[in-house]
This record gives sequence, C-alpha cells and structure tokens, in this order.
Amino acid sequence: MLLLLALFAVPLLRLLALSVESGSLIAYERALTNELYLRVIFETFKIAAIVTLLTLALGYPVAYVMATSGRGWQLVGIAFVLLPFWTSILVRTYAWMVMLGRNGVVNRTLIGWGVIDSPLPLLNNLAGVLIGMVHVLLPYMILPVFNAVKNVDPNLVLAAEGLGAPRWRAFLRVTLPLTMNGVAAGVTLVFTLSLGFFITPALLGGGRVVMVANLIEEQVRELLNWAFAGALSAILLVLTLAAFWGISRIARTRPV
Amino acid sequence: MRRVRPGRLLLAGFAGLVYLFLQLPLLIVFPISFSSAQYLQFPPPGWSLQWYERYLNSPNWLTPTWLSLKVAMATTAVSLLLGVPLAFGLTRARFWGRDAIEKLSMAPIIVPTIVLSIALYGLFAKLKLIGAWYGIAIAHTLLALPFVVALVGAGLRDFDLHQELAALGLGASRWRAVWHVTLPQIRPSLVSAAFLAFISSFDELVVAMFLGGANMTLPKKMFDNIRMEIDPTIAAISALQIVLVSALLALAARFGRGGGMPGR
Repeated sequence: MLLLLALFAVPLLRLLALSVESGSLIAYERALTNELYLRVIFETFKIAAIVTLLTLALGYPVAYVMATSGRGWQLVGIAFVLLPFWTSILVRTYAWMVMLGRNGVVNRTLIGWGVIDSPLPLLNNLAGVLIGMVHVLLPYMILPVFNAVKNVDPNLVLAAEGLGAPRWRAFLRVTLPLTMNGVAAGVTLVFTLSLGFFITPALLGGGRVVMVANLIEEQVRELLNWAFAGALSAILLVLTLAAFWGISRIARTRPV
Repeated sequence: MRRVRPGRLLLAGFAGLVYLFLQLPLLIVFPISFSSAQYLQFPPPGWSLQWYERYLNSPNWLTPTWLSLKVAMATTAVSLLLGVPLAFGLTRARFWGRDAIEKLSMAPIIVPTIVLSIALYGLFAKLKLIGAWYGIAIAHTLLALPFVVALVGAGLRDFDLHQELAALGLGASRWRAVWHVTLPQIRPSLVSAAFLAFISSFDELVVAMFLGGANMTLPKKMFDNIRMEIDPTIAAISALQIVLVSALLALAARFGRGGGMPGR
C-alpha cells in the first residue's frame, strides 16, 4: 500500500507540481495556446470517441450473441475474445502493418474478389490507426457487456414477449436498459484507455496520426524536452481523469 | 424445440465476422514466420525455418528475451506478494479510507502508461534506477497490481468465510487456516492473477522504453525493429509468443478463474 502511494501517487503529484513551479507555466502556456498542440489534443479525443463508438457497435451484438448462446458456443466465443486480448499489442500491430499495406493481404483479397479496383489507403493514416485500436480495445467492450447481458434474467424477456411485445421491443425495453451498466463500464474503459494510446498510432499512423502520447514520446526522444513532456503528461493525466470521472458520472445518473 | 430465427442467424453471422476480425492478425503471423523469402512477402513463395533460426541464434534477440522473462517473473512474484495481502485487507477489514485505497489500487489502469513513465522517470533518476532491470520490474509491478487485487478480491468475495472460521475453531492458527484452507480454495484466482501479471509485464513497452535506459526488453527490441525494417523475424517471435500465450491461457482456464477479466 505504501509502495502504491510512494511509487504511484507521489510521482504523479510531483509531475503536476514540477511542471508548474519550474516552468512558471511556460510549458503549459505553450501546450495550450499553440494551435498545433491543441489540434493533437483535439485529434486524440476525436479518435477516442470514434473508437468507442466503433467498439460499441461491433462489441454489443457480439457480447449479446455470446451471452445468449449455449455453453459450448459461449466458451468458444470467450476463447476467441481472450486469445487476441492476451496477445502482445506489438505482435498484433505488426500483423496489421503486414495486412493493411498497399500490397497487403486485405487489399489483394478485395481486389481479387473484384470489390475494389485499386488498393485502398489503409496504412499510415487514420483508417489504419482506427482498425488497430478497435482491434486492441474490442475485448474491453465485449467482456463487461457480456457480463451484463448474462446477468439479465431471461424470464423478464420471456414475460415481455408473453405479454405480446415483439422480440425487438422486448430487447429495447427490457434487455437494453438492464445492460446499460455494462455498456457504461465498457465505454468508460475504452474511451479512457484510448486517450493514452501510443503503440498503435506510432506504428499504424506512419507519423501522420499523432496522439498526445506520441507527442510526449517525441518530445523526450528527439528533443529531450522533459519539461514540455511533463506538462503534456500532466495535461493528458488531467484530461483522462476528467473523462473517466465525467463518463462514469453520466453513466451513473442514467435512470435505469 | 428450438427454431433458429433469421434475426438470430444474422446476429450470429455478424458475431462470426467480428471473431474473424479478432483472430485475423494472429493467424496471418504463422505463414509469414515460415516464409523462405528474404524479405516480407505474402503469401510466402516457399517454406523454411530461417526466421526461427535467426531468432534463436541471435544474441541481439535472446538477451532482450531473457531480460523480459526475468522482469516478468519478478513482477509476477512481487505483485502477488503485495497484491494478495492487499486484497485480503480490502475484502475483509473495515477501516477508515478503505474505499480510497481500493480506488487508488485500481488507478494505474486508468492513468496512461506514458504519463506514469514520465512521472516515474524523475524519481528513478534520483534513485539511480534507470536502466536497472529491477527498476522496470518495480514499475511493472505497479501496473500489474490492479489485476492481482481485482482477481484475488473477487475470489475472496466468493469464498465462504465459514470454512476459515471452522479451521480456526478446530485450533488452527490464523496463518495455517489461511494457508491450508483459504488459499487452496481461491487457487483459480491466484493462477489467473499470476498469469495476468506475467503477461502484462512481458508485453509492456512504454515503461521499458523510458525507464530501461540502454537495456532492451523484448518489446522494446521488437518496437525498434518494426520501426526500422519489417522483417519476418518479428513474425517468428510473434508466432512463438502466440503459442506461448495460448498454452498459458489453456492452463489458466484449466486451473484458473474463467479467463481473467476482473469483475468491474
């Protein structure tokens, strides 16, 4: 416990303090007034929002199918979700780099099937980063929603249907509201984790997609500008905590 | 009597596609790793083991691998030693500030790793821990602790406390009761926690990048290699890692607690 405090809380607080006192706010001023850096922060939030929506759109149906299928299929589904979940992000990102290139597997398959005529630009741009990030974060959405759907008493749905509700209506009025806490957990997790992403944008964005974490790393690696990196880190920390707090608050006040 | 409805079939088809999307990067790595081409080419023109040989014969790759293994094992051991008592304290005892401590112990999940790395750098520089393997292990322990606390905590909440009380009533000492009764019962949680701690450290890049100094962990070496040139050596390492993780996952599923997502 003391270790947690000493190694976790204290350095973070020091980080906040240090960049304030030594730089007399110059670093912050630079980060928050320069249009370039503001754009990176905005871009980071935009990407996090898109990734959250995509994982929700893809993840909810999968979690629903998993939770409502028989035991055998359920185990298969869980294995399919967990196997990539526990595979190194580097390994997966590397695989996407191989697949998404101009001559990559994806483009060649699509051309082979006659879906497209010329290769789609999927690597070193936003599309590549989104594909990679959705792949990494999808399990974080699927697993909490899966738990929530599994906890819904199937008799409630049967009751709604018995009372004459069509299946989609029973879903909208019974299952969906009862699984909102799972959705909230997934959304919170995916969004906050997205904000700090580094590896995926670094490798799949090809320098064209820069998120705050990449900016921080660049400041340290190429410019050795620790003060500015510290200020950026402090800003990222505050924004992440604010996002976490904000989303979980909205999620909690939602009438269920 | 179960009819398959068209709507359900559509949903299942959708889920199947998403499963495929999830497995695709894992599957693609294997054929590439056995490629006989001199550079990255897909589909491979022929088969060979050259990339595995290159990995297994190169100190440039093996030294980082051993370092990562060492760090991951230390992380696993220390995070269990610290996390298990912490989980006991959080689930059993009632004391002032317990909620705050519980939140704090989960916080490393939310705080971006890069922020933590930058914050730790100042402290580690002062303590001369930069570049030391145990410095990386200490930071990784911090990141692994939430998993351990969440999993072991969940295991403890499911455990029937009466069993431990019975042992105490029969004259066992507290330690003996916990060691012989409680810990064996929550073994699945312990196995999953150890698995998660190990994997989270073994795969971790950002902390190692900032705090590792000149010392290369395997992820750092891989990252640098991917940035410079994409050669199929990475595919061979990736394939080995996927096999290793699948084996560990199978073991954890056999002895562990349903896959290891902490109950959030």
